[in-house]
Amino acid sequence: VTAWLATILIFLPLAGALFIWALPVGRLAGSFALLVALVEVGFWINALTRMDFDRSSSTPNFDQQTTWFSDLGVSYHVGFYAFSFWLAGLAVVVMASAIAYGYWVGRERPRAYFGLMLFLTSAVVGVFASQDLLLFYIFFEAMMIPLYVLIGVWGGPGRLGATVKFVIYTMAGSLLMLAAVIVFGLSKDSFDLVDTGPSNSTWLFLGFAVAFAVKAPLFPLHGWLPDAYRESSPEVAAVLSGVISKAAIFGFIRICFGKFPGPFDDFRNVILALAVVGLVYGSLLAFRAPDIRGVIAYSSLAQMGLITIGVFAENSAGVSGAVLQSVNHGLISATLFLLAGAIERRTSTGLFSRLGGMARGRPVLATMLMTTGIIALAVPGSSAFAGEFLILAGVFSSGWGWAVAGATGIVLAAMYMLRLISAVLHREPGPAVPEAALDLRPAELGILVPLVGCLLALSVWPAAISGNSLERSADTPVLEELVPPAQDEATPSFAPVESSTDNGRRIVIIVGAAEQPTP
Amino acid sequence: MIETPSVDWFALSPSLVALGAAAICLLSAVLAPRWLLRPFAAFVCALGFVGGLVMASLVYWKSPDAQLIVADAVSRDRFAAVAQLIVMGSGLLTVGVSYSARMREDHVGEYYALLATAAAGMAFLVQAANLMTLFLGLEWFSVCLYILCAIEIDLVGSLEAGLKYLIIGGMGSAVLLFGSALVYGSTGELGFSEIADATAANDLTGDPILLVGLAMIIAGLAFKASAAPFHMWTPDVYEGAPTPVTGFMAAATKTVALVLALRLLTVAFPEKEDVWTIAIAFLACASLAWGNLAALVQTRVKRLLAYSSISHAGFMLIAVAAHNLLGARALLYYLIPYAAISIGAFAVVAARERELGETVTLDNLAGFVWERPLLGWPMVTFMFGFAGFPLTGGFMGKFLIFSAASEADQNWLVLVGVAATLLSLYYYLAVIRAMLMRPAAELGLAPIGGSPPREVLLTSAVLAAVVVNIGAFFAIQPLVDLTRTAAEVLPL
Repeated sequence: VTAWLATILIFLPLAGALFIWALPVGRLAGSFALLVALVEVGFWINALTRMDFDRSSSTPNFDQQTTWFSDLGVSYHVGFYAFSFWLAGLAVVVMASAIAYGYWVGRERPRAYFGLMLFLTSAVVGVFASQDLLLFYIFFEAMMIPLYVLIGVWGGPGRLGATVKFVIYTMAGSLLMLAAVIVFGLSKDSFDLVDTGPSNSTWLFLGFAVAFAVKAPLFPLHGWLPDAYRESSPEVAAVLSGVISKAAIFGFIRICFGKFPGPFDDFRNVILALAVVGLVYGSLLAFRAPDIRGVIAYSSLAQMGLITIGVFAENSAGVSGAVLQSVNHGLISATLFLLAGAIERRTSTGLFSRLGGMARGRPVLATMLMTTGIIALAVPGSSAFAGEFLILAGVFSSGWGWAVAGATGIVLAAMYMLRLISAVLHREPGPAVPEAALDLRPAELGILVPLVGCLLALSVWPAAISGNSLERSADTPVLEELVPPAQDEATPSFAPVESSTDNGRRIVIIVGAAEQPTP
Repeated sequence: MIETPSVDWFALSPSLVALGAAAICLLSAVLAPRWLLRPFAAFVCALGFVGGLVMASLVYWKSPDAQLIVADAVSRDRFAAVAQLIVMGSGLLTVGVSYSARMREDHVGEYYALLATAAAGMAFLVQAANLMTLFLGLEWFSVCLYILCAIEIDLVGSLEAGLKYLIIGGMGSAVLLFGSALVYGSTGELGFSEIADATAANDLTGDPILLVGLAMIIAGLAFKASAAPFHMWTPDVYEGAPTPVTGFMAAATKTVALVLALRLLTVAFPEKEDVWTIAIAFLACASLAWGNLAALVQTRVKRLLAYSSISHAGFMLIAVAAHNLLGARALLYYLIPYAAISIGAFAVVAARERELGETVTLDNLAGFVWERPLLGWPMVTFMFGFAGFPLTGGFMGKFLIFSAASEADQNWLVLVGVAATLLSLYYYLAVIRAMLMRPAAELGLAPIGGSPPREVLLTSAVLAAVVVNIGAFFAIQPLVDLTRTAAEVLPL
């Protein structure tokens, strides 16, 4: 079974989707989809227990390869490296909660809806598992199909415009990537990601980087983001910002970093600059946004900028932090979007000017929003703090200026999150908040508590991810590229940080996480 | 006493079977009782196409080595056999689509006879090995299509389409014929490979007459393939012709025109490669640009699909312009899902047309998926297939074509193709948007009354097209093997 785990994780939801589409299951579709999603989470946990994080061979875990069509060297090759395994875990958990939310809300046309959600799960897990460039591209593109339909059919009033923008932006990026995939694969005579060596072509690097920059999104390619996040239904927005954007992070690490180390280094400052601009700009926009979804949408732009900074720090502290922060942000924004959905259901608006005072008489809602918000603004002790700390520590070694700019973003995060919390929960009750608006129902809690529980668990033990996000053995190809020789300079910068903090236990863990493997 | 060449009847059997079916259909038009005519003629026609499929497979199987037969006028090889498979398969699907089409009772027999005859001519054309058989095959199926376009004589649009196609198609044929004459005048040969030999032996690469002849032949074939700037007839004819015929034309005519262009250019004009690859690349770019830009502003679905077919001619011409083995394979592979989804898409349009009793526009497709899921969801997969999304054969086709261009060091063509794909997304997704995301109530469409007719044959044809479209993605290895053995026939 172990060898098949990656394949099972990819195709189980797809099989569920085909089942729902083929049989007249009617309104049972939702419960069946939820069941499949939970089984999927179960398989992921099972895989976690079998995952070998100290792998010494260059192949990924659960490696499986079958020739697909031989002439061009395309194969069905899947497997998980440590960092992609965490991203896949994020994907299955968030997808399960999104499906549960859709089930609870009761979407129209359940067969189409839940089938597409399962299909999306397959595609996302496939992206994180693929070890063949064409296969990666196929999954990357396949995500677009269900997303397009899900936003376009079940979205808000402005959904048609939002889908057009979303598709044109992302496809412009990914079609350039297709050209890059073809040229790269033909020049190497193989599309396999594990076997092919690095390339020095700047153009190919840019082809990939632009696609990922649109998907993340990075400033200034985020034009599709506000509309798509506002117009989709809350659970789809949760998936979009929580999971889909992480496909870009995977691409940055696995392809841009892994296959184009030279150009990656050359363009580092450019992309770091864009990421910092996105971080600050997104934070400011989030602070000015008039509604809940706007805040979360722009905070996603900011957070993706921060995560990108971590990836482009080019050392293991930064990359580990980026992986940890990816998971954090995925869980946080999914929780927030689902909470936003719950609030909108009660008040039929997300505008701050019409909300307020919801904490009174609704303690559970207040607690959930408060907890998530506090974690999101990265108070010390939260998992987001650990992730952001690692990212900043990582990027500090390549230039303190980047770290300062990143820290500014964290301050701004406190501003917009506190504004969100107070505008919804505190002040006088807003005109749109009826007295009778209920507190969170048990079912909603059942959806949200696991997400927040994951966040709290990660706050206690962030090193579970950050310490296990890179293979520790030195001879894996990913690792060799992930740890360029210059990273040794990073080590001294940790020492003063370690002594200057008051939270000894956690920092020990973080520093343990950042412990550099010997190349 | 005239000496006749020995005829390899077996190699010609795909054409002959279809011709036989056509003959029976014609006879039945006279002899069969009225109530039996429609099912009988359709059945015989379908049988003819199945026979054509079987015979083409047998020819494929029995012809591991390419050879010229019937006084070197016809080639018997796997390349032609694969193209015949596509043509016959398209014909078979078209029968299913046509069955419930509104058609005057007294023309049913003729309709199926003409359909089978056209397919026979196409099957003959892809076997052509000299300029005579080329022209013969081309006119053979073109004449049938002229009549098929105009067969619904009650409709003004249909008559107009037939007339336009006749005049412009005749013009194209004339240009092709003139070009053939010039090539013959320059080289003194008619056979494809003899032309190449004569060009090399007599050092004719710089001969202006040969050059003009080549240009005119390419133009003539571009007319048939509806490649820009020779596409002017396409939107009007596609829109005016009966929809099942449009589907057949989009699938089969394009198949044979492109397959034949590839054979002719690679076999007869390898010496002029530097000229025609550029010319074809130009045609490809023009078709991609014109087809996609014009499709952006269409509101009538048939016209939109017509422009989309022009842009697909552009994609396939990229494969021809690559002039390598991968390009030939890419072209053959691309044609398989493309033919299926063209027919499928026009079939869905035909069904909607009958349901509404008026021209299908993007507006009156609203809510179609939810009303008729068995036709609507397939249409969604067709649009994703046209647009080249993964999980459809359309994606793999584009991937192979771009790979071929990249292998031929024509990365700029890859970029043009990528840009064209991006443009095309807008209108393919517009169709999906109309069908899925706009509720019918929003447009106030009055229901025609009663439930839509059950069209079992049409629905099965559409579902078969879905199977081909998605199957071509997953089962790419067998198809790629098939196209490799076929493409190895050509001197690449």
